Amino acid sequence: MTEFVYLYRGYELPASPGEMQKKTAKWMAWLKDLSDKGHLKSLGEPLQPGGKVVKGTKKQVIDGPYAEAKDVVGGYSIIVARDIEQAVEFSLECPIFEDGGSVEIRPIGQIELGDGY
Amino acid sequence: MDIEEHFFRHEFGRIVATLTQLFGVGNFALAEDVTQDAFCRAMETWKLRGLPKNPSAWLMATARNRALDILRREHTAIVSEPELTRFLESEWTLVPTVEEAFSAHAVKDSQLRMMFSCCHPRLSEDAQIALILHILCGFNVKEIAQAFVSSHAAIEKRITRAKKILAGSTKLFNLADADFPSRLSSVLQALYLLFNEGYHGSSPDAVRIDLCQEAMLLMNLLIGQPALVTPKSYALAALMYLNAARLPTRLDGSDNLVSLFEQDRSLWDHNLIAEGQALLNLSASGTELTKYHIEAAIASMHTDATSNEDTDWKQIVSLYDMLMAIHPSPVIALNRAIAIAQLDGPERGLQEIRVIHDLYRLSSYPFYPATLGELELRRGNYPVAKANFSTALSLARNPMERNFLQRRIDTCKKANVLNVINNYSE
Repeated sequence: MTEFVYLYRGYELPASPGEMQKKTAKWMAWLKDLSDKGHLKSLGEPLQPGGKVVKGTKKQVIDGPYAEAKDVVGGYSIIVARDIEQAVEFSLECPIFEDGGSVEIRPIGQIELGDGY
Repeated sequence: MDIEEHFFRHEFGRIVATLTQLFGVGNFALAEDVTQDAFCRAMETWKLRGLPKNPSAWLMATARNRALDILRREHTAIVSEPELTRFLESEWTLVPTVEEAFSAHAVKDSQLRMMFSCCHPRLSEDAQIALILHILCGFNVKEIAQAFVSSHAAIEKRITRAKKILAGSTKLFNLADADFPSRLSSVLQALYLLFNEGYHGSSPDAVRIDLCQEAMLLMNLLIGQPALVTPKSYALAALMYLNAARLPTRLDGSDNLVSLFEQDRSLWDHNLIAEGQALLNLSASGTELTKYHIEAAIASMHTDATSNEDTDWKQIVSLYDMLMAIHPSPVIALNRAIAIAQLDGPERGLQEIRVIHDLYRLSSYPFYPATLGELELRRGNYPVAKANFSTALSLARNPMERNFLQRRIDTCKKANVLNVINNYSE
């Protein structure tokens, strides 16, 4: 089994408290289902918009990330799947797609070399 | 754990009212933004992490912390009410003052003051209701437009204008103000109309239980304050409870409208009836007899009766006479005629309808021709009944009304065929 991170990117927030509640409940149900099936390693965390970026040899600190709204990562979860195909399959029911967002699926970089190493 | 129904909407109203109280009504837009922000954070966190132990306290704490930030940073730009400003300017008193504003009783007080502020005399009844739904019940423009079968643009314009008038006031309505009695009348009227819109409104769903519930929640907020409650308020609350008791039977299993005469009375909510009756007793004091008193009394005549035959129609007719005396309207006159038909037969009912003053005002009201149809049907005048139901069908405002009327037309057709067959066989 391999661990994958789901990065939730760029989605519209619902326009009314009633819709927000429906959407929250949908996400909770989707993650609960993954968890019940033993595929959720960590619930993950939301990421607040904004922050700082430090870059370059001069370690320049700038406000950011100034990505376009559609590219901002709004949160992540860590899941466990057999392989990338299964990780993709699990993501298909994510409510993010209703709101124009995307899920980026990245294997967490452990390389399995066996017990000898 | 599931989120309680309508939790977000209701908390929205509580928080926005509290923040408006803190920031001053002139900063209503800021209060809205901060509330919106707290909800975005709640959603982003809860959807991944699940609900916190106490979601309401979580939201309140988030909003309270943001409010503290803003008041510290921009206290010169915030114009709260004078009695509050003093406490918000000093760091010593800032935190306890903000904490106090978020205490349960202060939140209720802010909600009430906001409700009275929404019923500003410069706003039409429609605008008052739209504003209450928007601010206190957390509905957005689209959801309000759906409830009132109105265009998005029209509701948006109405709400934008109403918010401007609200933010233009110097402060939220003071419940100890000399204007209280007259403003209370407007508030009660707005809640009455809101309840009625849910009970037999024109929206595509015909029965919007959520609108009735909102009206009742706000009504409970009002009668929960002993210092503010009046017999008139109790009477309106009684009316809501007694009518709400019958809500479960207004639609059948296939979402068809069911008339009072066909409702299964065993399904009426007996707890609501008991509470409504208790409220009606509480309303029987003072000297003012209002339309709410009389309408609640009529509703109690129905909930008291075990069947249509057991109903005291004589008493109901005299209550309608009283209602016509203090609050004449063609719709009430039509209902009075229906009661007379129950008491003295359909011919008498039809006579009463013919002499209704301002009958023309019912020309687009589907239940006017539908009533004519019903009474003609009872007289055995099937073709005339069918024609009236057809007229009503052309005026119907939603699929449920249309289905209901279509079924009455079918009944007329069947009755007419049987009638013809019987005539032949005689």
